[in-house]
Amino acid sequence: MKPVEIKEDIWWIGAVDWNRRSFHGYSVSPLGTTYNNYLIVDDKVALVDTVDKHFWGRLKCNVAQVLGDRKVDYFVINHLEPDHAGCLADAVEHYKPEKIYVSPMGEKAMKAHFHYKDWPVEVVPTGSTVSLGKYSLNFVETRMLHWPDSMLTYVPEAKLAFTNDAFGQNIASSERFADEYDPWVLEQSMRHYYANIVLPYSPMVIKTLDAIEDMGIEIDMICPDHGLIFRGDDVAWVIEKYREYAAQKPKNKAVIVYDSMWKSTEHMAEAVATGLADKGVSVKIYSMKADHHSIIMTEIFDAAAVVVGSPTHNNGILPLMADMLTYMKGLRPQNKIGAAIGSFGWSGECVKILTEWLEKMSMDVVDPVKQKFVPDHEGLGQCYELGLLLGDKIQEKLAE
Amino acid sequence: MEKYVCTVCGYVYDPEVGDPDNDVAPGTKFADIPDDWTCPICGAGKEEFEAES
Ligand SMILES: Cc1cc2nc3c(=O)[nH]c(=O)nc-3n(C[C@H](O)[C@H](O)[C@H](O)COP(=O)(O)O)c2cc1C
Ligand SMILES: [Fe+2]
Ligand SMILES: [Fe+2]
Repeated sequence: MKPVEIKEDIWWIGAVDWNRRSFHGYSVSPLGTTYNNYLIVDDKVALVDTVDKHFWGRLKCNVAQVLGDRKVDYFVINHLEPDHAGCLADAVEHYKPEKIYVSPMGEKAMKAHFHYKDWPVEVVPTGSTVSLGKYSLNFVETRMLHWPDSMLTYVPEAKLAFTNDAFGQNIASSERFADEYDPWVLEQSMRHYYANIVLPYSPMVIKTLDAIEDMGIEIDMICPDHGLIFRGDDVAWVIEKYREYAAQKPKNKAVIVYDSMWKSTEHMAEAVATGLADKGVSVKIYSMKADHHSIIMTEIFDAAAVVVGSPTHNNGILPLMADMLTYMKGLRPQNKIGAAIGSFGWSGECVKILTEWLEKMSMDVVDPVKQKFVPDHEGLGQCYELGLLLGDKIQEKLAE
Repeated sequence: MEKYVCTVCGYVYDPEVGDPDNDVAPGTKFADIPDDWTCPICGAGKEEFEAES
């Protein structure tokens, strides 16, 4: 895709990664992704972030299309993760910038990534301003949103914020703006991105949005480093969405996720789901064999209850459930009710192990149900009862 | 009582508040927090903290 002028003399010059299906190896990205970076052409020319190393050629081509023979004066590095700073060493060598602006934590991360000796680095803590001519850059540290080095760059004269990973979505498209794209697909992608990348930093999201509000700055364009750009009414909309996501208010919804060898645990999962549905709860059942942990996580994110199921396997649980639980715990979901189910043959450790995981996530845990080998009518009845109980607990929680 | 700042993420430990979610009662001095306690925001260890200047 060609460079696009998004505000006078401010250009999107990113790379569209149409074929990317795995995002950093831990999340799926069925729609591909983009690495957005930007060029501000003023008395001084500033390059905001770079792209994945794979697209170094694309970056040079885009810069040349906008600048012709003019040189790049400044780099602004909002985040050191290789999808945004991957071309940095090449770019420093090629453009020989006068200055590289980076946050205090960013400097540390930059050293640890590039082990450079003589780059013209200037640390810009929150509150620092750099003038480019008619435009200026205001820097705001956004530590732990989602790395310690994360930084936001605001251009007051253009009312534009470069937010790096915050507000991103994994979407490869020919469109550059959210208002040109299918809103339902956009929201699904935002939700998937938030649930799998931003979720553990929800307290920081709220703090950052409050700080921005207190600063009283006007924003009419949010430019993230992945996916579509928000402008006009979409700015307020996306900020509201982030507040909603960060609040983690549970919905009248439960997710049951399990793995199973001979389908006993699977049948138990279905019985629990029937109980929940009879209490008017919207339920989704996921087998770990059918879906990726990141897809399931997006559903768990706004559910009020999570039921995890596994048979006992070599005195433990099945490995795909261990994958899901490790992943889920790292993302620190809040405000959930949890329950464990599982079939076993002789020693039966499964529900104890699953319950411990749920407790480690501070879930409000109810008594588990376990069944020996193949559950009979009565055994499945206990699972159905668990579903009813969870349904009541969910209604209580929603009434809080 | 002195506050301590996480050098990794900027979280401030305030002894008056403690970290009740992780079993550190209000009124606990930073030095008295168990050694295996980690930053509730970024997970960094106790040794990453510095007294607030
Ligand atoms: C989503 C995400 C979360 C991370 N969480 C942590 C963390 O909690 N603590 C940490 O020390 N590093 C964390 N990292 C940083 C990685 O460990 C670091 O980038 C590492 O160099 C990657 O090694 P690799 O190249 O072998 O994948 C995280 C990285 C990502 C992308
Ligand atoms: Fe990142
Ligand atoms: Fe990224």
